[in-house]
Amino acid sequence: MSTLNIVNKSPFEKRTLEQCLKRIGEGDSVLLIEDATISAVNGTAYANLLLEASKQSRLYVLQPDLQARGFAEKPLLDPVEAVDYAGFVDLVVKHERVHSWL
Amino acid sequence: MKLAVLINEGPYQHQASDSAYQFVTAALAAGHEVMRVFFYHDGVNNGTRLTTPPQDDRHIQRRWSALADEHKLDLVLCVAACQRRGLVDEGEMKRNSKDAHNIADGFRISGLGQLVEAGIEADRLVTFGD
Repeated sequence: MSTLNIVNKSPFEKRTLEQCLKRIGEGDSVLLIEDATISAVNGTAYANLLLEASKQSRLYVLQPDLQARGFAEKPLLDPVEAVDYAGFVDLVVKHERVHSWL
Repeated sequence: MKLAVLINEGPYQHQASDSAYQFVTAALAAGHEVMRVFFYHDGVNNGTRLTTPPQDDRHIQRRWSALADEHKLDLVLCVAACQRRGLVDEGEMKRNSKDAHNIADGFRISGLGQLVEAGIEADRLVTFGD
């Protein structure tokens, strides 16, 4: 049973990203949306946390939210894959469960 | 696939309703069924028909109504959350002796059972909040 974990807050504001990454199981995925998209950008203080998580989980970022915040042209962390809303829907379909870390 | 969506935040304050709208639009475009959108807590504020946002801004409430009309969506507002926040349909107006009602087209007021049912009947329930 794989779970899609959705995180929507910047790790500089809330701890939901850290809490999520600490608790998810092997094979689970994480989708960064809204203000959480900043953590997909290369070189932040949370880069190592995400790189570590990428060893057992797939990481995705919602491109339109990244773009809205002016990060579209910034280099992303290597393991993070950018998706649009159609990709978001595909991820929801592909995983057996969806959990939003609010 | 049969999807359901839960929205816990009101319009213009958080991105939740905007994100949910984009998600539902993309899901419908991909041919999925969205069996219900349930509005809970401040999320019920998405269902008033009395808002007038500036003309160059998106009209969040009207956008939901239009999507519901086009795709026969079931937009449900939690009754207890509505009562606290002054969201009233004709039935609630009579029941609570109010002098007006303000629910936008395509929305209906019902109970939490509708959320539970959506959780059971839909293949996936996706939550948008703060």
